[in-house]
Amino acid sequence: MPHIPPVPLSWYLILSAVLFAIGVAGFLYRKSIITVFMSIELMLNAVNLSFIAFSYQLRRIDGHIYSFFVMVVAAAEAAVGLAIVLTVFKNRGTLQIDEVDSMKL
Amino acid sequence: MDTILFIIFAIVAVVCAFNLVLQTHPISSALSLIGVMGSLAVLYLLLGAEFIAMAQVIVYGGAVMVLFVMVIMLLNAGSEKRSGKSWFAQIAGLPLLLVFVAVLGVLIRGALPQLRPVEFGSWVGGTAQHIGQMLFTEYLLPFEIVSILILIAILGAVVLAQREID
Repeated sequence: MPHIPPVPLSWYLILSAVLFAIGVAGFLYRKSIITVFMSIELMLNAVNLSFIAFSYQLRRIDGHIYSFFVMVVAAAEAAVGLAIVLTVFKNRGTLQIDEVDSMKL
Repeated sequence: MDTILFIIFAIVAVVCAFNLVLQTHPISSALSLIGVMGSLAVLYLLLGAEFIAMAQVIVYGGAVMVLFVMVIMLLNAGSEKRSGKSWFAQIAGLPLLLVFVAVLGVLIRGALPQLRPVEFGSWVGGTAQHIGQMLFTEYLLPFEIVSILILIAILGAVVLAQREID
């Protein structure tokens, strides 16, 4: 088996940037509330990957703690956000974000 | 070996992320998101973050995604209608995103020249023991604040999702 060089850490950071950009694209282009929510989760995951990568680079564990906190806050946010989605659906009967526009001028 | 694993799971993550954005049915998007989270857990393991990888599988792949799938099925959410997008998002959205990724790539390659190569097992600092020691000494106050935040989130979710009593 030939020797394969190890992955440079910058690949992890670039992967994180790509995933974040895909999350932003989903956030901007999708019209379903639930999919927009999932795009936000994708962005949070991409940021977590950056934290872990820098933690590896600096040989410090602080990045792990931060990404742990991000995870906890994301779980809390998902619970509250999905409750809001339920309420919106109960009141309006739709999941399309451009039909929920009563605050639009 | 870890190079091959990185390439495989990076491709899986990116393909699943694209699938998340491109699928019209929310349940397909949710399954793609589970794929992204699982492959990210493998990447965390390669970076020596054992505890975070397991927490990723349990918290994200388990709890959060179960919540998502449950809400999708509860609301019987069908495929979304492709309605008109704003002209600004249509014209400028994709180029701006590509510029964003390109700028980040240039910054990462240029401004951070001394990045370590990633070799599996060369740093084992992310075990539950290390995380626990750090969490309950240096980060004790943020930990307690986050637990209060979760309590508030539970109350908020219960209040928002309850049925009105006449």
